[in-house]
Amino acid sequence: MKYKSQKIALVYFAVAMGLFAIQVLGGLLAGWIYVSPNFVSELLPFNIVRMLHTNSLIVWLLLGFFGAAYFLIPEESEREIHSEKLAYLQLAILVLGTLGVVVTYVFNLFEGHWLLGKEGREFIEQPKWVKAGIVVAALIFLYNVSMTVLQGKKTAITNILLLGLWGLALLFLFAFYNPHNLALDKMYWWYIVHLWVEGTWELVMASILAYLMLKLTGVDREVVEKWLYVIVAAALFSGILGTGHHYYYIGTPGYWQWIGSIFSSLEVVPFFAMMAFAFVMVWKGRRDHPNKAALLWSLGCGTLAFFGAGVWGFLHTLHGVNYYTHGTQITAAHGHLAFYGAYVCLNLAIISYALPVLRNRDPYNQVLNMVSFWMMTSGMVFMTFVLTFAGTVQTHMQRVLGEYFMDVQDSVAIFYWMRFGAGAVVVLGAILFIYAMAVPRKEIIEAGSAETPAE
Amino acid sequence: MSTQPSLLDEVPGELMMWVLIVSELLVFGAGLAVFLSVRLTDPTMFAESQDYLHRTGAALNTIVLVTSGFLAARALHWRETADRFKARVALIAAAALGAVFLVIKGMEYADKAAQGIGPETNAFFTFYYLLTGFHAAHVVAGIVILMLVAWKDEPRNIETGAQFWHMVDLVWVLLFPVVYLLG
Repeated sequence: MKYKSQKIALVYFAVAMGLFAIQVLGGLLAGWIYVSPNFVSELLPFNIVRMLHTNSLIVWLLLGFFGAAYFLIPEESEREIHSEKLAYLQLAILVLGTLGVVVTYVFNLFEGHWLLGKEGREFIEQPKWVKAGIVVAALIFLYNVSMTVLQGKKTAITNILLLGLWGLALLFLFAFYNPHNLALDKMYWWYIVHLWVEGTWELVMASILAYLMLKLTGVDREVVEKWLYVIVAAALFSGILGTGHHYYYIGTPGYWQWIGSIFSSLEVVPFFAMMAFAFVMVWKGRRDHPNKAALLWSLGCGTLAFFGAGVWGFLHTLHGVNYYTHGTQITAAHGHLAFYGAYVCLNLAIISYALPVLRNRDPYNQVLNMVSFWMMTSGMVFMTFVLTFAGTVQTHMQRVLGEYFMDVQDSVAIFYWMRFGAGAVVVLGAILFIYAMAVPRKEIIEAGSAETPAE
Repeated sequence: MSTQPSLLDEVPGELMMWVLIVSELLVFGAGLAVFLSVRLTDPTMFAESQDYLHRTGAALNTIVLVTSGFLAARALHWRETADRFKARVALIAAAALGAVFLVIKGMEYADKAAQGIGPETNAFFTFYYLLTGFHAAHVVAGIVILMLVAWKDEPRNIETGAQFWHMVDLVWVLLFPVVYLLG
């Protein structure tokens, strides 16, 4: 660790990992409710469990991004973070908001209250006071990192990272605008939901991946930057108008069907480019970095994001297809693999890279960490397959044959059982990851004699 | 790290502009392909709707835009042979012809609107407005870019601006026969 303010990242990562545990356990509970629908239905209804599952996911991913920014910006800008105190204040606000959200959701407090009650808009259900807190925390963060970058060295990686983080914070402001017209509500709602994960977050993802590739493979910065710019251009070109793929049949004009279909089909391109980028860098690079776990997560991130976000997204992005598949388990399959591949793997990659550095433990082999990668990944891929099968059957029975929703649910129950099993493996993998990160262990493995000596 | 120069380094002009151009061609290409596919489902309606378009105006616009592209290409040549003033005049003229294109296009849009035709009229007009509207938006962007490179007139900038402008030209030359003429 070159700069002492990088230590901030450690606290962010720790909180993120705590929420990660809550998120996957919430997912497991939701998966169990799918096979046994009355389970805790009075105590914790399914919609609340789902809210906790999705909200904690978003919050921990964001905390991971913040942590990653606090970790890599000092190294890139070659100076300490502007203010450590502000960084911890920002975290305290976010933690307070998160606790407020959980308590409000679980006990259904202040129902209907304009400031304190939950708002009932999927993913942005947070009470208004929490939303205001998020904005304050985001402002503190942006001020803090922007000041650091402005006073220090500016690199393509920090420029793109800041562009992404500024964009995601500004787009969140649409959470405060809630028109009464439901079609309009959804139009603006997607400005956050879509333009986050298929716009600004991709910029964050590309820049963090670029940083990891720079460190892990030792390829020239110039080469990495060229890839970074191409990826970012492709992401913005396809992603912004790709928002149109959410505007099918919701009351918006018909031309969105074509804008959405054409531009969102191209959203595969940046994800393919990120996968290609990761592999080409590893091939070109000559550095034999000891942190194999971080490399595994990085390559896994590119690959699984391409399949989860790119291929599984394209599967149902054309409006003619989406007419039938909308809101079926196909969507759930895509959502799980896309979030896991693109953003969970990305966070776990930067955490795997940063933690040994932050705790002065490198060189470090992280075998347990790699085992957790394969557990989580195989569990998640299996879950994606069974949900895709469930979704295909559901689409046919419900949307083509017109059968009743609950009857169809009964006939795809077998897939929900398999999904629960897959989810259990993911949870075990996640716990193993947290253990491998949190509990210090000596597990340096000496290079075998057959291997080429390090340069 | 690698000793051989990459193939990408040998491409003339700005790499990022090529990325944009390829992306644009993919989008317009997909748009035209879908237009032609949907046309197969109702050729009569497409033919009848096409008769509402101003073929003469569009042909005139083709001449306007190609001339403008020629001027942008000459501008780079003149700038490289140190005829800076001539290059600037050519760029401004190219931008002005872009504005002429927009005026002619705007007259056609106004005429359609007066007849009560809009993007929701039928599938033909949905595509007509999407394709020509997206293209017109690129003409607006192109005018801004041409003016910018006339102002900051390093040869590299002019080359990049001309690259973009030729793409706008090319797209129109593809749109014109498919949307207006194909019987």
